[in-house]
Amino acid sequence: MPVIFYVLKRILATVPVMAFVAIFVFLLLRLTPGDPAVAIAGDQATEEQLRQIRAALSLDQPLLVQFVTWIQQIVRLDFGKSLISGLPVSELIAQRLEPTLSIALVTISMSVLVAVPLGVLTAWKQGSWIDRGAVAFSVLGFSIPVFVIAYMLIQLFAIDLRWLPVQGFAPLSRGLGPFLSHAILPSVVLSVIYVALIARMTRAAMLDVIHEDFVRTARAKGCTEPRVLFRHALRNAAIPILTVVGTGLALLISGVVVTESVFNLPGLGRLTIDAVMARDYPVIQAMILVTSAVYVLINLLIDLAYSLFDPRIKY
Amino acid sequence: MTGASPEAPVLDIRDLTIRLRGRDGATLLQDVSLSVAAGETLCLVGESGSGKSLTSLATMGLLPEADLEIGGGSIRLCGEELRGASRKRLQALRTTRMSMIFQEPMTALNPVARIGDQIEEVLLIHTQLGTAERRARVLDILAKVNLPDPRAIMRAYPDQLSGGQRQRVMIAMALVLEPALLIADEPTTALDVTTQKQVLDLIRTLQKDRGTAILFITHDMGVVAEIADRVAVLNAGAMVETGSLQGVLSNPTRDYTRALLKAVPGLEPRPARPDTSAGFALELDGLDKTFGRRGIFGRGREVRALDDISLHLRPGRTLGIVGESGSGKSTLARCVMQLEAPDSGVIRVCGDHVDNLHGASLRNMRRRIQMVFQDPYRSLNPRVTVGETIAEAPINYGMPHAEALALARDLLVKVGLPRNAADRLPHQFSGGQRQRIAIARAIAVEPDVLVADEAVSALDVSVQAQVLDLFEQIQAEMGVAILFITHDLRVAARICDDIAVMRGGQLVEWGPAAAVLTASRQDYTRRLLAAAPGSHWDFARFRPFPVRAPDMTGIAAPGRPA
Repeated sequence: MPVIFYVLKRILATVPVMAFVAIFVFLLLRLTPGDPAVAIAGDQATEEQLRQIRAALSLDQPLLVQFVTWIQQIVRLDFGKSLISGLPVSELIAQRLEPTLSIALVTISMSVLVAVPLGVLTAWKQGSWIDRGAVAFSVLGFSIPVFVIAYMLIQLFAIDLRWLPVQGFAPLSRGLGPFLSHAILPSVVLSVIYVALIARMTRAAMLDVIHEDFVRTARAKGCTEPRVLFRHALRNAAIPILTVVGTGLALLISGVVVTESVFNLPGLGRLTIDAVMARDYPVIQAMILVTSAVYVLINLLIDLAYSLFDPRIKY
Repeated sequence: MTGASPEAPVLDIRDLTIRLRGRDGATLLQDVSLSVAAGETLCLVGESGSGKSLTSLATMGLLPEADLEIGGGSIRLCGEELRGASRKRLQALRTTRMSMIFQEPMTALNPVARIGDQIEEVLLIHTQLGTAERRARVLDILAKVNLPDPRAIMRAYPDQLSGGQRQRVMIAMALVLEPALLIADEPTTALDVTTQKQVLDLIRTLQKDRGTAILFITHDMGVVAEIADRVAVLNAGAMVETGSLQGVLSNPTRDYTRALLKAVPGLEPRPARPDTSAGFALELDGLDKTFGRRGIFGRGREVRALDDISLHLRPGRTLGIVGESGSGKSTLARCVMQLEAPDSGVIRVCGDHVDNLHGASLRNMRRRIQMVFQDPYRSLNPRVTVGETIAEAPINYGMPHAEALALARDLLVKVGLPRNAADRLPHQFSGGQRQRIAIARAIAVEPDVLVADEAVSALDVSVQAQVLDLFEQIQAEMGVAILFITHDLRVAARICDDIAVMRGGQLVEWGPAAAVLTASRQDYTRRLLAAAPGSHWDFARFRPFPVRAPDMTGIAAPGRPA
């Protein structure tokens, strides 16, 4: 089947990208000026501590041996142990994955549900008050820092109204209610910018197709306006929208540091920040690898999804 | 479904006026009245901007409401007033009582939806039929518009169909509910002559079966002669004259109509010019080009776009390349322009090889071959002034900026535009003027060969005639050789010394225009000539030709010596 060939071809094409990232991550530590062990442990470290670090990171081996060992490990998803907690890095990441993924998915779903209809509406009513209002909103959404919105919403909904918890995360295993009540505020905060972004993109993409001949054909067939807009125009405008949604999702998974800090969420962003602060090199390296893998994977999925929306994109 | 009584017209437009919105909105259509009876075809004829499309869009209720408004008059469909009808009522009437098909079949269908679903949607919106019944109706109508293998067509996407097939799909979609009125807005303008003929035949056949009233909008007098029962001529938003087909074509009462008919180029070839020059401006020797060789994952379909093409062209003469879409004529132009490398064969300009050039020598060769494209609305950079556009090529080849701009102004005068046109932007010009600008740009570097790819196809006939005159005048002054690619045999007859007929990448015939157009021995050429709409009518003389096509020998007889 050509579809499977295409998917395989696209997956194979991700290998060089990931290999490049792996080499970069490997060299990151080894090419640090001076003794990496000193860089990790700090000036105050004893000779014994330095020796332990070198052994833990196999810095005492020849470079090529180190590299081969390292590649063998990461292929098995073994990223070594954290220098701070002593726990395996893969375990640390697994623990932090649920909060981050939950928030990312809730955020992106909410954003799409609000932004796409908004974008369609503003394209249809181009130049009307609703269009201008939406433009003003997106400028606002882009320019207010995330933490300002976050603290404002916490003040209103958690402290004044006491409808929602101030901070923290509840896994889905504790039930949908607690999960959503914890997830809703951070997701709303994060979605502001994505609603602005996706709505703008939807509007622009819709304006490109809304004057096309086939839209006029749809009207000449007696289609109602919603049908013309959503069934005929929107599907033809889907590709740029999909791209923004995908990129947004990748950004959400890899970099929601501020939001996780404000809401005290034990997610990947916090893990990364803590690791950087503590110079926990194995964790940093693993996070770079994981983040790159997420981007590559999501881009792959976007590419594959294009052909769902536009049959002209051939495998 | 049809609610028209035999006497009352299906469509009755009275004193229709359409204005731009706003306090002092300009009037685009003024007191236009027309009517179409059941089973009748009224051709609404006019040049671009005459208001013919506005009339049809107003009838369908599809005028862009933000910009335009109906200022007066009435539109009655089967006795029902449409002006002021609710949006809901108009939606209900579309495709059930009135349908419309459009000019561009390539863009009129939704590119991401299957053909079957697009036709079925009409039934879904307007009928209570169940899924199986709807499918059956779709298959039935696809068969009625003579599409091969309706089941496969149902599952296909628009890009898998040819232009002619897509227009058949549009017709199927428009007629599936048997509306009383069909509005056809230039439905065959974008099609090849043979496809055009088939589509016109199809429309006529379906009309006969169902008694459909047809409002047929066109600028092509040939099409009018083929399909009209009555003709209405529109100019600058006002009705010029209305009458029977015979009456308007043979006895036009108004000057405008006479001028419009006189501008229609005949199929008579131009008198041959003396073939004086010794050398060749352009020589093509055994050109081959095959497209579509794909990698292991591709479908591996190959298209032979050029198959052993050998042609030559002398300075100061015009060679027409004639053929339908897919005949390879555009590939030929691209190869000559060095935009595409032929797989094998030789191209020479004034004796110099032009293939396999790189870097500076390629750049130098490009100067010697220039091109005028089909669509003057897209071939000029909208953000660059006309003067800079014309001056760009000379500057690229080393002319100082000021000198190049002065040259641009001279060239504008040469192509019949004012000197100060150089300071303006393309959107300030009409289509014909833009094509003049494109010609000025092409001749700015004094090429040996000018390639004109469907260069007048997008223009109204009267403008077309002027631009063709300009080509001749430029050629007389500069001695440039012109390779004129066209699907329009009338245009070819008007401007070409020699004509080469292409089909499926092969050269069917090549010879002096008179021989090819009047005495061809090739079946294909004769079929092509016979398919040219209105080939039996001598428009400029307001009478039919004495002998009807396809016996083309009679055509050259009246008037000129061949």
